[in-house]
Amino acid sequence: MTTSVGCTIDKPGSTRVNKTGSWRTFKPILNKDKCVECDNCYIFCPEGSINQEYGIDYDFCKGCGICSNECPVNAIEMEIDN
Amino acid sequence: MDFPKEEFLAPGHRGCAGCGAALVVRLALKQSGKNTVVIAATGCLEVMTTPYPETAWEVPFIHVAFENAGAVASGVERALKAQGKEDVNVIAFGGDGGSVDIGLQSISGAMERGHNLTYICYDNEAYMNTGIQRSGATPWGASTTTSPSGSVSYGEDKPKKNMPMIMAAHGIPYIATASISYPEDFMQKVKKATETKGPAYIHINQPCTTGWGFEPAKTIEIGRLGVETGFWPLYEIENGEFRVTYRPTERKPVVEYLKSQKRFKHLGEDEVEKIQEYVDNQCEELGI
Repeated sequence: MTTSVGCTIDKPGSTRVNKTGSWRTFKPILNKDKCVECDNCYIFCPEGSINQEYGIDYDFCKGCGICSNECPVNAIEMEIDN
Repeated sequence: MDFPKEEFLAPGHRGCAGCGAALVVRLALKQSGKNTVVIAATGCLEVMTTPYPETAWEVPFIHVAFENAGAVASGVERALKAQGKEDVNVIAFGGDGGSVDIGLQSISGAMERGHNLTYICYDNEAYMNTGIQRSGATPWGASTTTSPSGSVSYGEDKPKKNMPMIMAAHGIPYIATASISYPEDFMQKVKKATETKGPAYIHINQPCTTGWGFEPAKTIEIGRLGVETGFWPLYEIENGEFRVTYRPTERKPVVEYLKSQKRFKHLGEDEVEKIQEYVDNQCEELGI
C-alpha cells in the first residue's frame, strides 16, 4: 500500500502522453547530405527530440528552431508545418 | 565530448518552445545519471515538468515550497545516509527567485551544515513563471513587469545580487558558474560537483525566450553572447582555488548582448555605457 502526502505521481516520464508536436508552427527538416555530425542539434534540443543518429521526433518537437540556428553548416531548414 | 546517451527528463513537458530551463535539467541529469534524487523549489521548472497527474522526471523527484529546497535536500541526503546509500547524487534545482531571494536562508543552512549535495540555480533573472517580476538576480537596466521601463524609469535600478560569491563566502568545497550555451563546460562542472564530498553550488545562466523577449531559436546564441561579452563570466572555485574556465579571445561590446533582447531595448547610450563599465570592472576583477 502506498501513502500519499500531497500529490504523488508514480509513473515516471508520463508527460509523454502530451504530444507537444502539436504546438509547432515551423518544422525542422534535416538534410543529411550536408550534416557534419557535430552534435549541436542533439545536445541543444530542450525537448531531447533529436537522437544521436540525428533522427527528429516530431511527436514532441515544438519547432523552436534552436537546432537550425545552431547548425554550423545550415543543414536544418525550418519549414511551415501544415 | 562523448555525451552520455541516457535521458532522464521526458518530453511532453510544458516548457515554452526554446526553454533554457529544460536544457539545464536535461544536461545536468545526463551527467549525474540514473543514481540521482532531485529536489526542486517552486518555479517554472516545477510547474512545467509536473502537470498533475503527469511528470516528466525519470529519477525520483520532490517538489517543495519556494523557500525550502535547501532544507529538503539536506533531509534527503541525511535519510539516504542513514540507509547506507551514500553513493546517490542529491541535486536540488531552484530558479533565481527560489534561490537568490526566497530560498536563500535554507540554501545557506544546507551549505553551512556541510551536506553532501549539489545545488543548481537556473538563473533567468526574474520570476518568469508568475509573469516576469524582478528578482534579486535581475540585472541593472532590465525592464520587467515590476521594474518597467518608461518615461520616468530605465528599468531595474539595483545591481544583480552576486549569488556565487555569497556561496563562496560559505567556504564550501565547490562553486561554479555556467551557461547552457557551453554544455561541455557545464557538464564537467556537474561531474565535479556531484563527485565533491560536501556541498557544491552551480549558478547557470539560462536565457528565457518569454521573459527576455527574443525568438525561441536564439536561446543558445544569446547565452553565448552573454559569455562572449563578459556579461556572464564562467569560473569555478575548487577548494578555495579560483579558476576562469572559459576566456573569450576578444570580448565583444556588451551592446551586442543588450540589443538582442526586448528587456534591454529601451536603454540609451548612457545606460549602455554604464553597463559596459560594470562588465569591464567585473572582468578585470576576475581576470577575464
